[in-house]
Order: sequence, then structure tokens, then C-alpha cells
Amino acid sequence: MKSNLTNEQVAESIKAQFDEAIISVDTPYDFLTIEVEASKTYSIIEWLKNNETLQINFLTNLGGVHYPESTDRELVVVYHLHSMVNNFRLRLKTALPISNPEIDSIVKIYDGANWMERETYDFYGIIFKGHPNLTRILNEDTMDYFPLRKEYHLEDATREDKDDRFFGR
Amino acid sequence: MSTYKEEIIEELRFDQSKETIDGDIATLNLGPTHPATHGIFQNVLKVDGEKILSSEQTVGYIHRAFEKLAERRPYNQITPITDRLNYCSSPINNMGWEMTVEKLIGAEIPKRAQYMRVIIMELSRIADHLICNSVIGVDTGALTGFTYVFQQREKIYELFEEVCGARLTTNIGRIGGFERDFSPEFHRKLKDFLVEFPKVFNEFNSLLSRNRIFMDRTIGAGPISAQRALDYSFVGPNLRAAGVDYDVRIMEPYSSYQDFDFEIPVGTQGDTYDRFQVRQEEVRQSLKIIHQAYNNLPEGDYKADLPEFYLPPKEQVYNNMEALIYHFKIVMGETPIPAGEVYHSVEGGNGELGYYLISDGGRTPYRLQFRRPCFIYYQAYPEMITGQNISDAVLTLSSLNVIAGELDA
Repeated sequence: MKSNLTNEQVAESIKAQFDEAIISVDTPYDFLTIEVEASKTYSIIEWLKNNETLQINFLTNLGGVHYPESTDRELVVVYHLHSMVNNFRLRLKTALPISNPEIDSIVKIYDGANWMERETYDFYGIIFKGHPNLTRILNEDTMDYFPLRKEYHLEDATREDKDDRFFGR
Repeated sequence: MSTYKEEIIEELRFDQSKETIDGDIATLNLGPTHPATHGIFQNVLKVDGEKILSSEQTVGYIHRAFEKLAERRPYNQITPITDRLNYCSSPINNMGWEMTVEKLIGAEIPKRAQYMRVIIMELSRIADHLICNSVIGVDTGALTGFTYVFQQREKIYELFEEVCGARLTTNIGRIGGFERDFSPEFHRKLKDFLVEFPKVFNEFNSLLSRNRIFMDRTIGAGPISAQRALDYSFVGPNLRAAGVDYDVRIMEPYSSYQDFDFEIPVGTQGDTYDRFQVRQEEVRQSLKIIHQAYNNLPEGDYKADLPEFYLPPKEQVYNNMEALIYHFKIVMGETPIPAGEVYHSVEGGNGELGYYLISDGGRTPYRLQFRRPCFIYYQAYPEMITGQNISDAVLTLSSLNVIAGELDA
């Protein structure tokens, strides 16, 4: 089924409204990806939901990514939004410094974001301000680190009995 | 001086506040291990007699860190991880992942392989829905239908076994298609199944669908409105039962779904009965798709020409240098992969199952996130059961088809 909206059209209308908040626009594999300022994410998502032309009003997915090399932009929150009416998907990204990973929670806009944000906090330690119950969800409550950050290796790094150098690991 | 036993009794008496003994409100643990929860879910209910006032969920009992595991594994070794998400329909998960990688590397898949995939995916959708619907029957007290359709599910598993050798956690297919063509035995068994299954299914349907007791139990149990379902990011049969006709197979066809003629059933109330009926109709639509795909199965290859990703046949590995090199590169995970990020979704047993993959060109994904429908819609459960009876809460849980493996990743 064809989409009623084009990537350019959506990018233009977001730019017209939030020009100063947009950092970059890209379309990897024909999927509109917009990087925005963390402080403006909440208002952009709210505006997209209430916009009657775009109707991007379904939260498909929310998650984190960790890029240890990019200083002050280590943690990235990725939102996948969807307009079922227009059959259009949009990816919003926003980067946060690992020293102070705080962003506004979107639970007030989408109830479904509740557990997705808890999961992202659980794995990456991203603080969602205004979340009603920001606690760990899949890992145990006493865990004192955020396991999906890149500095935590899957296997015990102190082991000496295994030499995986020749296997590209 | 009191004895030890008396101390314990005194302690217990202290704990029995007004809430439990004298008052009307009691706290009840539904789960984590309880026969009626069909998986490891804990719900701490506050009940006033039979009526549920509030519910608090605990999840994560079988969390296995799939997303972390996936960051250490070459692409072809991630398929077995996806088996363990929704293990009632693992072929859909497997193929969804394979299609994600194919999207990333830009592979063209032959029409025959696509149709073969459609047949396998629809068979597993039937198996998934059969379990869900027959378990709703069990929870209302009708065990007969459950044992009856499980024979048919067994036949579907035998078909999977013919294709890939495994039954539940299938690891079916390869990046690029299938490991072998459908065997003559598969064709025979599929033809038998297509003749026999509709009869059994109609009998099963007549056991429950218009059964007075079943209808009384399920109509109005655990309802959700379309707007609330969308707010909670519902997908799949549960969203369709609330009246939204969204289906990934129609909206963004993958694997040649645009070639087939089928309908999306929708409900109106979003209650247990509607979810049951939507799944029943989806089974019929799946059968329709299988008939179309099987009767029009194109000639051609069952796999794409992707020597860098597709393991060569064993006899070639022993006698052919290129095949040996590719074999080693694939097994050791040294195949170059383009950098990029891709989101691909398929219509799983429970709705839109998404794969968000970021590749930095390395041997493993940089980041792989599974959009697990169960995890997302299970958070609406307290809202759906508040004000309902405990027996309705059990029905709602089974009709949502919450699968612990998919919930906890």
C-alpha cells in the first residue's frame, strides 16, 4: 500500500514548525530519520500527534543506543512513530550526554511509552523526567549498572582461559 | 514467656491489618507460577470479594538479555535467538529477522522462496491462534477443544519438521531463503492437512463460537476501546478486535503478500469474545492464503544467490575451494555487512513484530532491538481488568495471548 505522505513533505512541515530544534535529516533505506534537540522532543511528538494533516499518532517503538565515542552525545533515544491513516513511518532521534542523560517522558502523550521508557532506563540509565514509575522492569531491582551500555561485555572480561583473538572477537 | 510458635502467631496477627481480615479488601497474588496464567506472570491484585480494584504487574522472570546477546553474534547466529521470542510461532520471528538482514544487504529473493515463506508463516500463524483460542476454551472450562485442535497443531509441527528438522524452536530458513526445497513428503502432508484441518477447525468453532456458556463468560470480559488500544500501542489481533483494521501484511506487504487476496477481520467491543472471533477468522484467512500460495507456487530457486551469506552445500565444501572459503567466512562471521540502520516489521502471531537493526559494518549488529508486541500491550492489562471478576482476569490474560518469552526477551 502506498503512503499518502512523502519524506520531503513531512520533513518540510516539521522544519516549518521546529526549525531551530532540528539537527539533521536523513533517509536511510527510505525511512525518514530526523535528529532533534532533546529539549524539544516532547513538543515535537505532541505536535505530530495532534497535527491533522500528518496524523503521526502511534508510537511503534522506543529504545536507546550507546555510542561511547561521541563525546557529550553518548546516549541516543530513538522513537519510531507511525501514522496508520497515512501509512507513514518516522524515526526521531535525540542525543544525550552520559553525564546527565535526562529527557522529558512522553507517557502523558502515549500511555504505551510507560514500559518502553522503563526498559530503556533499565538498559541504558536514561532518566525520563515526569515518568510516573521509573524503576527497572526486566532486570532485578538491586542491579547497580546499566547492562546494554557498551562498556559491559557479554562475557567476563577477566577470564584468561579463553583466547578468542583469532575468531574476531 | 511466650514460645516460638506463639511469637509467630503474634507476628501474623500484627500483619493482618484491616485490609485482609476485617475489612473488605484483600491482596491476592495471581502468579507468578499458576496454571491459569500460562507462563510466568505475576499480578498482585487488590480484590473486594471477586471484584478487582487494582493490579500491579511484575515482569522479567525469564529475561535472557537477547538484545545484549545479539550484539555479540554474527547475523546468521541470531536466528535461533528469535525462536525464543514468541515460541508459539517461531517461524514468523525467524523469517522476520532474515528479511531484516536481507533488507540491510539489499538482497533480491526469488518468488518461489517468498511464496514458500508465506506458506510457512501462515501455518505458524494458524498454530499460534489455535493455541490461544483453545486455551481461552480451557479457561472457560472446555478442555475438549484444546485437546482436539492440538492434534492439528501437531500436524503443523510435523510440516515444520519436514522443512527444517525442528518443531518448536525451528530456526527455519536462511538469510536468502531456505536450506532446501519442500520435500515430496512435505507436499503430501500439506495436502492432507489442507483437506483435514478445515473440518476439524469447523468442529472446534461450533464447540465454542455460539456456545451459550462460552459467550456468557467471554462477552464483556476485559474490554478495551479502540482509542485506548491505540494509546497503548496495541497491534495485531488485539487491536483489530477493538475495531482498527491495521495489518502489516496489507499496509507494508513483505514477502509478496500483495499477491494474495485476503481480508482483515475486525471486532467492535475489544473484549475476549471479539479477540477469540478475530483469531478464528484469521485462521480461515490464513488457510485461504496458504491455498493461493500453494496452488500458484512459482517455479524457480528456493534461495537467493548470496554466496557470502548462504552456507554452501556440504558436498561442495569438501570439493570446491570457493565453497570452502565461503563456508569458513560464514561460520566464523567474517562476512562484510554494509553499515546502516533499518527497521523491518512483520505481522507476527501477536501483531507487528519489529526489528530495529543498526549495523556499523562489523561482524555483529551494533544494536538490535526487538519490538515485541506482548511487552508493549501487556501494560494495558491492569486497566482492562479493573472492575472485572478474577475469573475474567484469567480469561483476559489468555485472550491477549501474552507469551512469556516475547514479554521478557
